[in-house]
Amino acid sequence: MTAIDEIRRVAGEIPDPEMPALTIADLGILRDVRIDAAGHVDIDITPTYSGCPALDTIRDDLERRIREQGYADVTVRVVLSPAWTTEWMSEAGRVKLRDYGIAPPRQQHFEVTPLTVAIECPRCNSARTHELAHFGSTQCQAVRQCDACGETFPHFKEH
Amino acid sequence: MTSVVAGAAAVYSLRIADDCLVLSHRLAQWSSWAPTLEDDIALTNIALDLLGQARAMYARTAELDGTGRSEDDYAFMRDEREFVNCLLVEQENGDFAKTIVRQLLCSTYQLALWQALTTSTDEQIAAIAAKAVKESAYHRDHATDWTLRLGDGTDESHRRMESALATLWPFTIELFEQDAVTREVRELRVGPDPDDLRAAWDAYITRVLGDATLAVPGTSWKPTGGREGLHTEAFGYMLAEMQHLHRSFPGVTW
Repeated sequence: MTAIDEIRRVAGEIPDPEMPALTIADLGILRDVRIDAAGHVDIDITPTYSGCPALDTIRDDLERRIREQGYADVTVRVVLSPAWTTEWMSEAGRVKLRDYGIAPPRQQHFEVTPLTVAIECPRCNSARTHELAHFGSTQCQAVRQCDACGETFPHFKEH
Repeated sequence: MTSVVAGAAAVYSLRIADDCLVLSHRLAQWSSWAPTLEDDIALTNIALDLLGQARAMYARTAELDGTGRSEDDYAFMRDEREFVNCLLVEQENGDFAKTIVRQLLCSTYQLALWQALTTSTDEQIAAIAAKAVKESAYHRDHATDWTLRLGDGTDESHRRMESALATLWPFTIELFEQDAVTREVRELRVGPDPDDLRAAWDAYITRVLGDATLAVPGTSWKPTGGREGLHTEAFGYMLAEMQHLHRSFPGVTW
């Protein structure tokens, strides 16, 4: 494995502070990793939502982990364009999210009009669920309830 | 000419940032006070989105105005007369109906604005807008749901929505005012024509109010001055509270 692959792997394994079952690579937050001839490492990350408080923690974690790999010179940059979308979430990330008890975002291009595909209950897989609240414990989640098993569960909103 | 133009973009950017910050703070004042737990969380989530948008626009403003000020400098170290937010965002929360009406009027405006700004010739503003537009779509949906529920709800909820609309409606005129700044940014294609925003805003608001069995108020008085730093009485109190900690303990960190 080359140096850049190794750095990319280590960087990608940083857990999301609010959903530690998922890594920043799973979520699509890690955008680019570069290393120059002098050993300087540049990392680009992108926020999920404008005010997401997890970003500062992710930046600190990244700098620390890469330094631990022996690269003292690390710059973490926050890039806004192109804007993050749930379409960038990896398939592995979607499976982990479901296993964690959070319904993953539906894969469809984001439109302002509501999506029509069913959101399945992550516990019993029923497609009969309804929204309780559009906003949940983090900016990226809504709260839903399953009509089959009665459980409430978070839904990672399409964004 | 160049310097005048550069100045206009900075002022324009600051106006948007101030709108976001002040509305964010007003919504945050609902924390632990909202009628239901879900809405306590919803209003503060929206506040957090707006705070993020404000931070991004302050950062862009600092580049455009060349002062290199920090986000905190803009938020905490300016006095009332230096804030250029519109008057609508600073209006007091009142009851839940008033907050929802303010949110409907504001988020419909902000969604139209961010949509237009996604094609701004200022690449940084366009990038911020591409992210913010998706957030504002959620904010407008939330306000719309509640407007329908309260407007077309009980006699009491309808009366409160009507009263809130009557109070806040005059402040919407200022959102679409034109001046040297809006004309210059439009010339540069940094920002949209306020008339285009007005058309999109009118169409949506008229439809939602109709569905909510609420009448669109007629024009009465036309309060203005926010973009020049002339604010309503409530704003000074809000700012005093918001800036208190930072000014009493300079350089304090969490």
